[in-house]
Amino acid sequence: MVHAGHVPDAVTGARAVPIYQTTSFVFDDAEQAAQLFELKQYGNIYTRISNPTTAVLEERMASLEGATGALATASGMAAQLVTFLTLLSPGDEIVASSQLYGGSITQLVHTLKKFSIGARFVEPSSIDAWEAAITPKTKALYGETIGNPRGAILDIGRIASLASSRGIPLIVDNTMATPALCRPIEHGATLIVHSATKFIGGHGTAIGGVLLDSGKFDFSRYPTIAAPSPAYHDLRFFDTFGHYGFLMKARAETLRDTGACLSPFNAFLLIQGLETLSLRMERQSASALRVARFLEGHKAVAWVAYAGLPSHPDKALAAKYLPKGAGAVLSFGLKAGTAAEGRAAGRRFIEALELFSHLANIGDVRSLVIHPASTTHQQLSDEELSKGGVTPELIRLSIGLENVEDLLWDLDRALLAQ
Amino acid sequence: MGPGPGASCAITLNSALSPAGQALYQDPRVIQALLRDSRTIAIVGLSSDPQRASWFVASYLKKEGYRVIPVNPKAERILGEICYPDLASIPGQVDLVDVFRPASECLDVARQAVAIKAKALWLQLRLVNIEAAEFAARAGLKVVVDRCVKMEHGRYHGGLHWAGMNTEIISARKARL
Repeated sequence: MVHAGHVPDAVTGARAVPIYQTTSFVFDDAEQAAQLFELKQYGNIYTRISNPTTAVLEERMASLEGATGALATASGMAAQLVTFLTLLSPGDEIVASSQLYGGSITQLVHTLKKFSIGARFVEPSSIDAWEAAITPKTKALYGETIGNPRGAILDIGRIASLASSRGIPLIVDNTMATPALCRPIEHGATLIVHSATKFIGGHGTAIGGVLLDSGKFDFSRYPTIAAPSPAYHDLRFFDTFGHYGFLMKARAETLRDTGACLSPFNAFLLIQGLETLSLRMERQSASALRVARFLEGHKAVAWVAYAGLPSHPDKALAAKYLPKGAGAVLSFGLKAGTAAEGRAAGRRFIEALELFSHLANIGDVRSLVIHPASTTHQQLSDEELSKGGVTPELIRLSIGLENVEDLLWDLDRALLAQ
Repeated sequence: MGPGPGASCAITLNSALSPAGQALYQDPRVIQALLRDSRTIAIVGLSSDPQRASWFVASYLKKEGYRVIPVNPKAERILGEICYPDLASIPGQVDLVDVFRPASECLDVARQAVAIKAKALWLQLRLVNIEAAEFAARAGLKVVVDRCVKMEHGRYHGGLHWAGMNTEIISARKARL
């Protein structure tokens, strides 16, 4: 958390990570320049492809996740897209959990459709549903460790076994858990994606994403990674780079061509956040459990969804995969007669809060509140909403570092304002 | 970032070997000593195709100042260096024999390496032949199995880190130039 990926440099000995705020890097000579472009030497060319500050974030994340390496991107959405565009070709399909962040669903359904890549969604708790959705076109499985916003816990081990038996990678979005609470690679996941904007940065200051590779998947028969690449002089990335093949291709081709790079300054801010990650996750998860228990006992609350509670359907999976805490995000519904009443009550509740910031993010050190049906998940159809468990009265909280007694006071006030 | 200290860090990722095999044939101290002390590296199975892994390794090592000797009976010159059909044909001392041939041929290469009094035998990434490794080790050679010379050099000289990879090196000490 505080050392991996950064050795103080030989000249200055600077202890903090320096910000290399530069677009480009001077070559030693013409031969080195050519060899760098051919990927035959290690080194920096241009910050769209790699940067020494960003490399610290990448290696530190890889160290925390137990990955063979990492690639930082402009956002979590970019991390996903770079992953999909590196793995998939027109005609391929991906099978994904229906319990995803709304933006991920639209990316899978609408944006990937423009690349002639199909997406099928399954109820994540049903292994039969995953199995039934896989076709010969399926090239990857995709889910979130902790589903957004209802806290469904992915049975990573079983789904990874299924993926492995079909020779395809399991991609896990570990944004909500972070490696402080769960390391999906230890349970068999192949690739990890993060919105680093959330708990990794932790302070609501920078947008960023990271994708990571376990290095354990045999890509030798996986066409896009094993076959000669027309975008790189017929280079066969898996043959040449072995366990670094996927990441080298993601960097040298997909990141190069999509331009979805992270700025070095944002990498620095995310590194600052990482230094306190486990402390924040422990405290924020503990406070989230207190809040969940409080809400469950409150007369104005109809239901609470938090995998750390005994009432959650995935409590056993949470105990297995998230023994240190079920994360800092939870959702609940206010008691209401109709959907319209639920929506109105939700609005009154959010407007009565003093300490919770009403905004579209999670993972800040400050506590946050939002009504997903009218915001983060607004672009989804009614069917997609109900599949994802986003009911009209659902309110999502992201618990921060405030004194939890102050948070309970604020919630109680706002609930009684109904 | 220059070469970090690193010697005390366990390097465990990306290996087909058991922990016991890793301790024998992937010792970070042995690898760092080989990278530091070797000057002449014979690459058995170096391809003349510039997009093959062996060519990537050879061109990298040459740029880093090592003398690279291609061993390939089907080529005359690779990377401007004279090719030899086998290890026995190489005039002069070979420090490190780096192998890019199928596992089934490794024992024969190990015998040749011992015969020419090479100081070390290195079987490349995903290439495992324990019989060959044991044969060379018994003859007093340093042996590395299932690692890549280029990746290991990059691990201790900063390049692998720049590529966003997990070097497994943790150190608060100032890097050495």
